[in-house]
Amino acid sequence: MEQLELLMGGFANALTPINLLWVLIGAVLGTAVGVLPGLGSAMAVALLLPVTFSLEPTAAFIMFAGIYFGGLFGDSTSGILLNTPGNSSAMASTFEGHRMAKSGQAAKALATCAIGAFIGGLIATTLVVFFAPTLVKMATVFGPAEYFALAVFAFLAISAVVSESVIRGIAALGIGLALALVGIDGPSGTSRFTLGMPQLFDGISVIVITVGLLALGEVFHIASRIHRDPAATQIEAKGRARLNLADFRKALPAWLRGTAFGAPFGLIPAGGAEVPTFLAYGTEKQLAKRRNDPEFGTTGSIRGLAAPEAAANATAGTAMGALLALGLPTSATAAIMLAAFQQYGMQPGPLLFERSGDLVWALLASLFIGLVILVMINMPFASVWAKLLSIPKHYLYAGITVFSMLGVYAVSSAILDLWLLIAIGLIGFMMRRYNIPLAPVLIAVILGPMAETELRRALAVSEGDLGILVGSPITVTLYAVLAAALVLSAIQHLRHRRANRQAVLVP
Amino acid sequence: MKKPLRNALFGAAVAVIAALAFINAGTASETSTAKNKLALIAPAAPGGGWDGFAREGQQALKSGGVVNNVQVVNVPGAGGTIGLSQFVQTPGREDALLVTGGVMVGAIELGDNPESMADVVPIARMADDYAALVVPADSKFQTLNDFLEAWKKDPGATSIGGGSLGSIDHLLSAMVAKTVGIDPKDVNYIAYSGGGEALTSLLSHTTAAGMSGYNEVRDQIEAGTVRALAISSDERLEGVDVPTFKEQGVEASMSNWRGFVAAPGTTDETKAAFIEIVAEMRSTAHWQGALKRNSWTDTFSTGEEFEQFIKDEVATAQEIVKDLGL
Repeated sequence: MEQLELLMGGFANALTPINLLWVLIGAVLGTAVGVLPGLGSAMAVALLLPVTFSLEPTAAFIMFAGIYFGGLFGDSTSGILLNTPGNSSAMASTFEGHRMAKSGQAAKALATCAIGAFIGGLIATTLVVFFAPTLVKMATVFGPAEYFALAVFAFLAISAVVSESVIRGIAALGIGLALALVGIDGPSGTSRFTLGMPQLFDGISVIVITVGLLALGEVFHIASRIHRDPAATQIEAKGRARLNLADFRKALPAWLRGTAFGAPFGLIPAGGAEVPTFLAYGTEKQLAKRRNDPEFGTTGSIRGLAAPEAAANATAGTAMGALLALGLPTSATAAIMLAAFQQYGMQPGPLLFERSGDLVWALLASLFIGLVILVMINMPFASVWAKLLSIPKHYLYAGITVFSMLGVYAVSSAILDLWLLIAIGLIGFMMRRYNIPLAPVLIAVILGPMAETELRRALAVSEGDLGILVGSPITVTLYAVLAAALVLSAIQHLRHRRANRQAVLVP
Repeated sequence: MKKPLRNALFGAAVAVIAALAFINAGTASETSTAKNKLALIAPAAPGGGWDGFAREGQQALKSGGVVNNVQVVNVPGAGGTIGLSQFVQTPGREDALLVTGGVMVGAIELGDNPESMADVVPIARMADDYAALVVPADSKFQTLNDFLEAWKKDPGATSIGGGSLGSIDHLLSAMVAKTVGIDPKDVNYIAYSGGGEALTSLLSHTTAAGMSGYNEVRDQIEAGTVRALAISSDERLEGVDVPTFKEQGVEASMSNWRGFVAAPGTTDETKAAFIEIVAEMRSTAHWQGALKRNSWTDTFSTGEEFEQFIKDEVATAQEIVKDLGL
């Protein structure tokens, strides 16, 4: 229990009244930036980092912890209320979260999120404190073949979300893959579908695609229906920001499942928070189907929101562990933080704990403090945020448009991104019009390039030998689980059909 | 409940304005002189290498009282060439410097950009760091010679992981290959988007060796998880116990340099003012600390020396890219 002692030392360093003020400021600023569409945790950290430079290290870290997790708390808020996730890691929370908001449970959804983010972050940070050196070994057993297997696994596991109509789902996947193809191809340096425009060399940003499809698409959709079916778009902000015991009983297992998905992903580079959030969402969807949960996909299921939210924050927590113990920035946010730590002469990596132990433990303690402060300010705020929905619709959606545009422009300062945003918004509108699901587009945008790059890397390393794809225990296990799941669902499907046929024959 | 809502909205508005101010401030005024107001344009996203360089510069200029109002403006994309092409479109601009470096030279040669380094006015080279060839601690390659032998025998099976195409890591790998008699086209170079990812690929034994910024792997070397076989500097660096390529008979050296350039059409007078500003910046305590903190080698040079250096760099990059057949 040496760690516990050191952690307590960290708390002693971090818990001073002035530091609590810093963490409060950090949490509020982080949440505020996170709430803006397009500006997620990474952006919050990058923008507010210079503010912390003038502070002494412990104060800076504690403010920083507030900003880091604050961005994550904030980015699902706009997703739930306005269907406009603040960041790609909040995409999966948006689906059920916004449905809950639409059916008048906005405050409850926000509270679910806040607690989910707290639980995910708390468990992950605890894991880091006690097992950081062991956990980071995971990072080094993942080669390209393993990543590819993981991507294939995720693709099929998440295909649950496209199950309503296979054709529409595949069409949506196709749109996503096409959008993801734009840009310079990493392994060969060839530009693809850039129309010779250098601005497109880095591809279309996931932020632009997410905000365009979800936010602008929704705005166009609402605008097109405005005098036709007012009832359908009416959002009532009733309900309180409190979870009753029944809600808790539903949400708690989902939070834990989400954390279980999220925590391992924070450790592996290039994983990011998107894959585990979608995996968590897909699992909840499957479970909902099995227990015939009527809320899922209609009025919004608390489980479908709780799991991805916990997953996102758990990823953020363990990503911090990977950064500290291995010096590997596994996400954009972590990469920015690496720069921040170096400001204080702290070089994350295998020697960090020996070299600047005091600072590290103060930082870890700060993360815990940040989480507590955030859940404390976010719970009461949930009902305040939910009031946003009582703004008359034309103002609200005009506001969404302005903030989406602002957010996207702030990230890249490129006019082209605004045109792309409008174009993708129109695609989103058409997809809503023809009932094509949006989730597969986002999944394809995230997983498509990952699967492609990793497959090519694997084959480049093996000089074209396909054997490398099943050459390690991890890949074999992943494919075996996948095959078993496919066979199982096929058997279930057949049984279901036979049962149906008999039911038809009997009368 | 009206009031908390208003407060929340106000808070959000403040955050938006603050956020935009951080990003976009300093782009507006064209008339002020550099001593009062200066924008450092980092052609990279916040958190990237050039961004860190620009922000260190900003702090140094501010804390040393060299320039009153310094802003960092991020124009990310395509290895810095997006920033370059925007910068070239504001000729004669007297209140902005573009951060540049070796990566931009490589990116220009790799893409078909209409703009090149010839379009901007060189001001100063500020700081360099170097790339190192590393292998995992349990690798069978003990020395550079071990590695080169295996590499010559079978370049395909001896893959090298490193940064994106056109980066110093990539160009240096090709340069070393050519020097030891391997066709650069045969080099099995696996591009990663960052040093962290390339390092993981090395630790997971995906690639046989890694070409990476020395600073990024320094701690791993000290901790004994990887072994450095050679470093790309011309001479041994102070306090760095890694032999150079040249020392080991491979005539290859390359540095990841960073510096400033001014807009096209800058007058000699303004140019002299800029050089004065960066020279003052270099002498501040903050900058000296920054060099140490980031393990940058101080390679300050201006005027003709720097102009000639850029010409040489461009020629080298052009030749390597041609050898690579890209």
